[in-house]
Amino acid sequence: MGLLEGKKALIFGVANKDSIGWGVAKAFHREGATLGFSYAYESLERRVTPLAESVGSDFVEMCDVSKDEDVDTLFEKAQKRFGTLDIVIHSIGFAPKEDLGGRYSEMSRDGFLLAVNISAYSLVALAKRARPLMPNGGSITAMTYIASERVMPRYNAMAAAKALLENAVRYLAADLGPDGIRVNAISAGPIKTLAASGIGGFRKLLRASEQVSPLRALVTQEDVGNACVFLSSDWARYITGEIMHVDAGYNILGFTATEEELLGD
Amino acid sequence: MASNTQERVTDIIVDLLGVERDRVTLNANFREDLEADSLDLVELIMAFEEEFGGEISDEEAQAITTVGEAVKYIDERMTG
Repeated sequence: MGLLEGKKALIFGVANKDSIGWGVAKAFHREGATLGFSYAYESLERRVTPLAESVGSDFVEMCDVSKDEDVDTLFEKAQKRFGTLDIVIHSIGFAPKEDLGGRYSEMSRDGFLLAVNISAYSLVALAKRARPLMPNGGSITAMTYIASERVMPRYNAMAAAKALLENAVRYLAADLGPDGIRVNAISAGPIKTLAASGIGGFRKLLRASEQVSPLRALVTQEDVGNACVFLSSDWARYITGEIMHVDAGYNILGFTATEEELLGD
Repeated sequence: MASNTQERVTDIIVDLLGVERDRVTLNANFREDLEADSLDLVELIMAFEEEFGGEISDEEAQAITTVGEAVKYIDERMTG
């Protein structure tokens, strides 16, 4: 029997087969969950629909998470279709390209606010609508990145958004805890996705992460999916407000260079 | 004779865009002839990077508008 047998999950942020959200969806499907999908804009429909079908889901709905009425409508549809929900996955992020790179001090107010609106406030917007659909408790998991805690090149606006997202995870966990709803985040190592293509030089970042991380490995969508299965399952019933690193150990490092590079002759 | 690179590039385009193989000529423009949207273009660039190894910068990617330009870029600049 799967770890998520009988559970109903709504997944936000699948764009294509490389998406982290899709890695989560595949793992959830393997563990017996019933799935629904929400995508951000029209041109994604023809990408997400066949993926959803391949895991037996016919719930594929567009939702611009920066619009409250869109989020309202999406959850009304989810309620009609599923009745209640057990799991919500937030795998959403956006920042204008010009605010992913360049001087941080030159970041625009609009770019900053847009990144925070779509990537961080959206978690609050989803949690608010998910709560009434989780009368028996539930689990909400967001995807974040270490650029929230440490300075990573070029992440600029997205780093700010991820810091706020993690803060929202803690405050939502406190707020929704009495309702039996857990709120966590997975801080994954860098993964080559459509969204990551907005970060220039991403391949170099991947290579460097692989060379210095304690496990000398790159995290895959499948790794995140499996960790997310655990966090969303009853095995994690007393874990909430947690930022779980799934990054081959990268986050424990002080110096992010190999020993040879640092101390070799 | 079509180059090996052209064959591989064509395979990727047919697979990603779902177009007929004979439409993928060297002169075919991704947007105008093959009806690729901006997301398709990003996916194509990612697929080329994956297949041929290396990274295509945004500026370089924007200069690639036809199948022929992609093949030429890959032959000149990418390793595998």
